[in-house]
Amino acid sequence: MLVHSRGGRWASWLAFAVLFVPLFAVPLLVIVAASFSTHWSGAFPSGPTAEHYTAAVRGESLQALTTSLVTAAAASLLALTLGTWAALTAASLRGRGRRILDALFVLPLAVPSVVVGLAVLVAFSRPPLLLNGTRWIVILAHTVLVTAFAHQSVSAAVRRLDPVYEQAAAGLGARPSYVLLRVRLPLLLPSLGAAAGLCFALSMGELSATMMLYPPDWMPLPVLVFTATDRGSLFTGSALAVVLMATTLLVLLAVSRIRTRASYR
Amino acid sequence: MASAGATAPPVAAAARRPRSRTVPTWVWALPPVAVLGFVFLYPLGLVVQESLAPGAYADVLASASFRDALVTTVWLAAGATVGCLVLGFALALVVAFVPFPGARAVSRFIDVFLSFPSFLITLALLFVYGTVGMANGLWTGATGAAEGPFHFLTTPWGVLLAEITYFTPFVMRPLLAAFSQLDTAQLEAASSLGARPARIVRRVILPEALPALAAGGSLVLVMCLNEFGIVLFTGAKGVTTLPMLVYSKAILESDYAAACVVAVVNVAISVGLYAVYRVVSRRAGA
Repeated sequence: MLVHSRGGRWASWLAFAVLFVPLFAVPLLVIVAASFSTHWSGAFPSGPTAEHYTAAVRGESLQALTTSLVTAAAASLLALTLGTWAALTAASLRGRGRRILDALFVLPLAVPSVVVGLAVLVAFSRPPLLLNGTRWIVILAHTVLVTAFAHQSVSAAVRRLDPVYEQAAAGLGARPSYVLLRVRLPLLLPSLGAAAGLCFALSMGELSATMMLYPPDWMPLPVLVFTATDRGSLFTGSALAVVLMATTLLVLLAVSRIRTRASYR
Repeated sequence: MASAGATAPPVAAAARRPRSRTVPTWVWALPPVAVLGFVFLYPLGLVVQESLAPGAYADVLASASFRDALVTTVWLAAGATVGCLVLGFALALVVAFVPFPGARAVSRFIDVFLSFPSFLITLALLFVYGTVGMANGLWTGATGAAEGPFHFLTTPWGVLLAEITYFTPFVMRPLLAAFSQLDTAQLEAASSLGARPARIVRRVILPEALPALAAGGSLVLVMCLNEFGIVLFTGAKGVTTLPMLVYSKAILESDYAAACVVAVVNVAISVGLYAVYRVVSRRAGA
């Protein structure tokens, strides 16, 4: 306890509330409130309606939602495979090899996502691989962007892994592949789940690289939120944003349920 | 985990392979590196190559729009980082050391906040401070004026506010982790020796928090330099940052050589800063 006087405690809580509520809680509430209204020109929104939601789960919007879900699922799966492979290999390397591998896989974090989008666009609009205008270019860019996050969280988990288990298994004569599949990966399962959730959430909200790349028939939800707000339909945009937030939260919740079950095994 | 061995086939019977037939470990590193090389390093190399088109650098570096974007990007990122550090430190102090019912809920809320895309903040600010939003609506309702006083949303200040809002949790999380490691006996000792809260914060808590502050601050600096969603949603013609310039050159003007030049400059700044962040956070043990 830092502040002992009663008045001092209340003063610091008040200061906290004054800063925290308008900055962090109000924005999210405002979006939810706006998504249920048709008009906002006073202190509170007016014209309550659920119309934006009936529009948000139909036609173009529904398609954008499934597009986002498919893209995020595919990108997380690919990124998790790639990141886990690299993290496990790096852990068994020593010295310079390990540092180079780690640095390579962290690099996408430091490169602006807009530039990743531009680079992917430049590279895959020409032979040997023509992907421009297909959905694959969006999935590819998302994979590049989230691989670094997958690699970082998995390699942190690999470092925390107690080497006793694998040493015991190897000492009992288990082959490296067997140790990997039956000992290390099961032990890593909770962290893999966490990494998958992180990748999924990031990919669901990805806008910068997607704006550079998306073909007309593969438009993820964040792009639709942008086009809606850009043409002035702020209320439709916020309904779409609420759908985006809710879907992300639901998936994160499901992933953390699976995670707790895995850690009890 | 103990059950894994029980259901296993008798591995002891399988003879271990002779050492000479196992592949060296670095061979296993080749597939992921090859994939990353093809989907990330090769594209990045092409961007550098495109930027070397004759005259591209001279044209872009001489243009006023590029210099404006560079200045705007740097001061916005620096300002937002300072704002995030001050605000994040103050908020984390209260959550950690003046606990209140619901303080845990606040830290859960921060985790959730981090998983949302940044442009939602700008969208929300449009309703709060937009031309017909909440704040201006209250003002016109109260004073009867034709329009409200809040017009900063399409200026750099709107972007700054949105960036501080969105990135402060990124400072708070490592700070809360560092504060949970801090032995509260130190605080009790300092306060029983008569130190006032301000002095305890300055002499005990701040030195402990410095590594986490440095790591969080440099991460936020890099992320602010590269922020795109917030600036795009603001829709302000007057606010152009480097990522925004890359987008408008490439997609709106189809001037790929210029876009690549701006991209190379942006990557150089942010990779350099990110390297600093890695060094700082490794020293901090984060």
